[in-house]
Amino acid sequence: MNKRKLLAGPYLVWAVGFIILPLLIVLYYGLTRADGSFTLENLTAIADPIHLKALGQSLLIALGSTVISLVIAYPLAYILSKLQSGRGGIMYMMFILPMWINFMLRVLAIQMILSNNGLLNALLTFLHLPAQHLMYSRAAILIGMTYDYLPFMILPIYNAMCKIDRDLLDAAADLGAGRIVTFRHVVLPLSLPGVISGIIMVFIPSISEFAIADILGGSKILLIGNVIEQEFSLSSNWNLGSGLSVILMIFIFISMAVMNRTDSPEEGLTI
Amino acid sequence: MGKNLIDLTDITKTWDGVCVLDEMNLSIKENEFLTLLGPSGCGKSTTLRILGGFVTPDKGRVIFDGKDITNVPPNKRNLNTVFQKYALFPHMTVEENIAFGLKISGKTDQYIKDKIAYALKLVNLQGYEKRKPTLLSGGQQQRIAIARAIVNEPKVLLLDEPLGALDLKLRQDMQYELIRLKNELGITFIYVTHDQEEALTMSDTVVVMNQGYIQQMGTPEQIYNEPENAFVADFIGDSNILDATMIRDELVEILGVKFPCVDTGFGCSKPVDVVIRPEDLILSAPGNGRMDGTVTSVIFKGVHYEMEVMANGFEWLIQSTKSYPVGTEVSLDVDPYNIQIMHKPASEDEKAVAIDE
Repeated sequence: MNKRKLLAGPYLVWAVGFIILPLLIVLYYGLTRADGSFTLENLTAIADPIHLKALGQSLLIALGSTVISLVIAYPLAYILSKLQSGRGGIMYMMFILPMWINFMLRVLAIQMILSNNGLLNALLTFLHLPAQHLMYSRAAILIGMTYDYLPFMILPIYNAMCKIDRDLLDAAADLGAGRIVTFRHVVLPLSLPGVISGIIMVFIPSISEFAIADILGGSKILLIGNVIEQEFSLSSNWNLGSGLSVILMIFIFISMAVMNRTDSPEEGLTI
Repeated sequence: MGKNLIDLTDITKTWDGVCVLDEMNLSIKENEFLTLLGPSGCGKSTTLRILGGFVTPDKGRVIFDGKDITNVPPNKRNLNTVFQKYALFPHMTVEENIAFGLKISGKTDQYIKDKIAYALKLVNLQGYEKRKPTLLSGGQQQRIAIARAIVNEPKVLLLDEPLGALDLKLRQDMQYELIRLKNELGITFIYVTHDQEEALTMSDTVVVMNQGYIQQMGTPEQIYNEPENAFVADFIGDSNILDATMIRDELVEILGVKFPCVDTGFGCSKPVDVVIRPEDLILSAPGNGRMDGTVTSVIFKGVHYEMEVMANGFEWLIQSTKSYPVGTEVSLDVDPYNIQIMHKPASEDEKAVAIDE
C-alpha cells in the first residue's frame, strides 16, 4: 500500500504546485485589496456594465460554438461509427488531425482565411460575389472557436457511438423498430454520455477563451477572458483580475453541475 | 406435427469469398422445436440470421407462412430473436425492455402492463420490473431477453446459442425451462447450438450442419442411433468409427473379423464406414466374443467406467458399468443391431465435410 502511495508522489507534487497552490493564490488576491485588507469588491465588480457585457458575450459565443460543434459533430460521429473500421479510421483521422497542430497556428490560419485580403474573399471575388468583412467580428471568433474545439466534440460522441453493441440495434429491429425509432430510443440515449462530455469539453474552455478573441476579434470585442487578461497584464490589477476569475470559475462549476444532473438520470450508470 | 411454417429453398451465402451456406434446403414445421447443430463456422448462425432478416442470402428464397419474406426487413417479420449476448437495452429497466416491442406496435398501456406481468411470471422473475438489466445475473438477463421476445406473440422464436454464456448447472435448468416454455406457448422454436447434449435434450428435430451443408436431419434418436455419416457419428456423442467392408447384406468385416449386422443394400465387398457406440460394446472373458484385446486404460466417469481396449490394431472406446483393470485380456462383441453402417463419402465435396479436426 505504501509503495503504491509513493507512485502517486509525482502527481501529488504536481497537483499541489500547479493546481491547489495557484487556486489558493487566486482566491487570496480575489478577496483582498492591494494593501492586503479583506474585501468583496473584486467579486462584486462583475456587476460593472463593462464586465457584465463581456461575460454575456463570452457566454453567448461559448454557447454558439458549442451548439454549432454539436450540430456538426453528432451526425458526423454517427456516420463515422457506421463505417467499416478501415474507411472509418481514415475519415476519423481527418477530423482529429487538426488537434495535432499547435492551437495558435490554427487560429492564425483562420485569420489568413478570413482577413479582408484573405483566401475566402479571393474565392468570393473570383465567383463574382460580394467580399465579406468577417475579421474583428463575433462571427470570426465563433468560427475560430468552433474550428478549434470541434475535435473535442467529435471524439467523445464517436467513442460513445462505437461502444453501442451492434446486437442492440439488431434487437431493436427484431422487436419491430424502424430506423427512426431505433435512433430515438436506442442510439440517442446511449450516445448521450458522449454528448455531455463533448459539451463540457467545448463549452468550458470556450467560456474563458481570450486568445482567439484577441487575434480574430481585434480589440473590438471584449470577452470576460480578455478583461481578466488585461487586468493582469495592462492594469497590473491582480486583485480585480483574480476576483473576476473566481466569478468565472463559479460559473463553470455551476454549468458542470447542471450538465452532470442531466447526465445521471438518463443513463442510470455511475461513471 | 403440423404443416410447414418455414421453407428455405436453395439458400446460398458467401462471406468474403467463403461459402457459408451452399444451396441449403430446409423445412420447419409448426410447433416444432428444431435445433441447428454444428461446430463453429458450419453456417448455423448464418441460417438463423437469414431467418431473422439480419442477413440477406445471395441466392434462394425464405418462405414464411406461405409468403416470400426473403427481402422483408427484420422489423416487419413476425418472429423474434433471443440473442446470444442477450442484447438487453442497458438504459432501460426490465419493464421498459419488455415493453419495447409492444409500444412500437401501439398496444394500450393496460395491455402492455398485463403482458409484462404475464411474461415475467412465465420466466419466474416477478418483481423485477424496475430493475436495470445490467445489475442482473446472466441467467436472469437471458430470461428477460426471452420475455422481451415472447410478449410480441411471434409465430417463431429464434434462439442463438442462448445458454452459451451460462454455467453448467444453470444451463441444464434453463434447458428444462425452455422445453416448458415451448409447450406453454405452443410456438415454433428454432435453436442454434454447438452443444450436442443440449440439442438431443430439447429438440423435436435436430439438423446437423457442417461447412454449409446439412449433414443429417431427424429426431434426436435417429441422429444418435442412426448417424448417416462419419461426421454426424463423431459429432454426436462418443463413438468408434472404423473403415470396414460390407461382405454382403447383413454381414460386415471389421478389422478382419466378420460381424453379423442388420443393414442391407450396400452391395457386395463395398468399403463402408462403421460406427459402434461405446456403450454398445460387450466385454467378456477372452475367447467368448468375436475379437480379443487388452485393456489399456480405465477412467471412472460416475455413471460408468470408460475403458480403452487395444484389439486388432484399433483402440476401442468402451463404456460399461463393470470395470476391468488395465492389462486384463478381454473379448469384445456387439449385437448386430448396434452396428451402424454408413456410406463412404462419394464425392470430393462430401469428403470435405467429413471429419476434419
